[in-house]
Amino acid sequence: MTEHAYLIPLLPLFAFVMVVFFLRWKEPLAAGFSIAMILCTWVMSIWVLIETLARHGEPYEFFFYITSFASLNFEIGILVDPLTAMMLIVVTTVGSCVQIYSLGYMKGDPKFSRFFAYLSLFCFSMLGLVLANNFFMIFIFWELVGLTSYLLIGFWSEKKVAADAGKKAFITTRIGDLGFIVGLLLVAAYCGTFNYGEVFDKIGAGVMPLGVLTMAAIFLFCGAVGKSAQFPLHVWLPDAMEGPTPVSALIHAATMVAAGVYLVARFMNVFIGSADASMVVAVIGIITSVLAASIALVQNDIKRVLAYSTVSQLGYMIMALGLYGYDTAQGHHSAGYVAGTLHLMTHAFFKGLLFLGAGSVIHAVHTNDIQEMGGLFRKMKATSITFMIASLSIAGIFPLSGFWSKDEIVVATSHHPIFMVLTLTVAFMTAFYMWRLCFLTFFGEPRDAERYEHAHESPKSMTGPLIVLGVLSVVAGWVALPWLHHGFSSFVYHGEVHHAGPNYLLMLISTVVAVSGIVLAWLVYHKKAISADALAEKFRPIHTLLYNKYYFDELYDLILIRPILAFGRFWWSFDARVVDGMVNGTGRATILWSDLKEWFDVHIVDGAVNGCGWVVNQAASKLKYLQTGAVQFYALFMLLMIVAVALFKFEMTRVATTWPVLTAIFFSGVVLLGLLVRQTANKKKTADVLESDK
Amino acid sequence: MQYYLILAAILFAIGLFGVITRRNTIGILMSLELMFNAAIINFVTFNKYSLAEGLTGQMFGIFIIVIAAAEATVGLAIVLLIYRNWRGIDSDNYSIMKW
Repeated sequence: MTEHAYLIPLLPLFAFVMVVFFLRWKEPLAAGFSIAMILCTWVMSIWVLIETLARHGEPYEFFFYITSFASLNFEIGILVDPLTAMMLIVVTTVGSCVQIYSLGYMKGDPKFSRFFAYLSLFCFSMLGLVLANNFFMIFIFWELVGLTSYLLIGFWSEKKVAADAGKKAFITTRIGDLGFIVGLLLVAAYCGTFNYGEVFDKIGAGVMPLGVLTMAAIFLFCGAVGKSAQFPLHVWLPDAMEGPTPVSALIHAATMVAAGVYLVARFMNVFIGSADASMVVAVIGIITSVLAASIALVQNDIKRVLAYSTVSQLGYMIMALGLYGYDTAQGHHSAGYVAGTLHLMTHAFFKGLLFLGAGSVIHAVHTNDIQEMGGLFRKMKATSITFMIASLSIAGIFPLSGFWSKDEIVVATSHHPIFMVLTLTVAFMTAFYMWRLCFLTFFGEPRDAERYEHAHESPKSMTGPLIVLGVLSVVAGWVALPWLHHGFSSFVYHGEVHHAGPNYLLMLISTVVAVSGIVLAWLVYHKKAISADALAEKFRPIHTLLYNKYYFDELYDLILIRPILAFGRFWWSFDARVVDGMVNGTGRATILWSDLKEWFDVHIVDGAVNGCGWVVNQAASKLKYLQTGAVQFYALFMLLMIVAVALFKFEMTRVATTWPVLTAIFFSGVVLLGLLVRQTANKKKTADVLESDK
Repeated sequence: MQYYLILAAILFAIGLFGVITRRNTIGILMSLELMFNAAIINFVTFNKYSLAEGLTGQMFGIFIIVIAAAEATVGLAIVLLIYRNWRGIDSDNYSIMKW
């Protein structure tokens, strides 16, 4: 099966083509076909995973060269190693759940088929990205993922907010991609190849000087920063929540944003070469994590809370991977790599579940504002329970999957006290804001009676995926139980297998932190022992700052967008005045020039033509008198001619110089004769007239 | 030989003068005949003095006589028609073919 893994991305592509070209008008068939294809890939992914397990994680690579440019070979191929196998499972599982869920969620939408087409295209790009075996191919799929993300965020393009959010997401991630391509070209320039294995071998052999390697690693990381919404390019992800909720679940929680993390994990060989670059990665990760978690504390839009939560969790993973790179570069063992990838997997399940649950809630109450919800537990049992499982999981409660992956991350920070404190703070905030969300949404009295009245449980096609993901949110972490000696950490790893035994102290600490966060949320939002408003009032400046998301959008508007717009306007005015002026000037000069030529044409050329006519006319009006009609005159004329020709003939040979004179005499003679004849003819005519009068 | 040529020239000049000055169309035709004869005399003369043997000049002379006869026929027929139209044969009568 593994040798046919190239089919995994191709099937969703086939679904996309079929839906777009043939099935668009038959909505149930379109959705069904799309779902069937993603389920096929899901089965194949499981098969690939089993085979990879059977090979003990031995990578399988298959590729062929398409073209080469200078000494660079461009190849297309697939690489199946444990990381890929894991990502395949994540993408296809969440993808399948989301597509089935969309059956219910998107029911009746005028662009129903198109939605499934886009989802299939997205799955194709994401699976291609995961399976790629070289830098060149991953970049192509990277951009394809960006494109489909743009299409899906702006899916309801008739809403200006959605269209703007799509643009924002695309442009912001492009900034990161610019860095990515620079890093990619740096790598290619030094290593002379795009293939992962060859590049990593050459970097291991020290082809790139340390400074260049650091630079390349940071540039590559830029791509991850954009795609995984890390500080300072995190601003697009919350806005991307304007897309349909299944999209948020699939793309902006479970898979696409995880692509950045996958990228860092995949290029780990580059990062372990440079401790500085790895430290940058870790610092960016923890900054993002803290910032996003603190913003999530005060947001009221259910999807935005989840979006900031996603940003924060992604920061976690990035930080763990960065710390792994740093520790490995320093020669220490670290659990970071395993922690990052494990959290990537568990997070995909529970965050996908949270988004789908939120979608179910939104579907029921038609609002995103948690202040207008409340008490929904009684109406929506399945949604509430699965949502709470996911919340427990993300908060890190034993023995749910989030506990194990978060614990690994805490273990990974064990050599870095500052990171550890911040990580635990984020864990506390996570538990708090997730349970704030739960309490406000599902418990207490309904705050908007009308919305509560109309709320109802979602259809089976929506709750089904919720339950599947709920189960996975519980069990997915169990593959990494610290008591297992051949669990996750000896399957997905980097370098050498490093198996850390259970660290009960850290487990206890992180559980205490999580529980205290939940208890605080319970006290504030359910028991009302502490008033949320009073708290907000007490920390007014901080609350305002958080509520406005640290003013990042405003800051970017001030320091980036306005100068760029001003710059653009300047060049616009340059264009309008100078360039247009030149064009118009050229136009005017052409008109003037053609006026000149018109005058010349009318007066000189036409004048010459008319002049010829006039001369001929005048000459003819004089010479016509030669035609007298008198036969004897003609005879005389002939005689003169013959004499003239004879003269000319004989004199020519002797006195060559006189012939012009002779000619002149001849012509003047002709003219004189003509005039003479005319006179006599006139006289004769008058005489005739007089005679006839008589 | 020059006597013959002078004779022919004189004859030609007389004919030419007649053609140009005569008003009577019959007279013009007669003058034309004089010119023909001058030409014939020239041909015959040149045949006799320039060509040792051969009869080319004489042949031309006879040829011209034939032509002259035909010409006189046509000319007289035209004159007859002119007379019918204008009741006279003065050349000034039929100078209508002018601009």
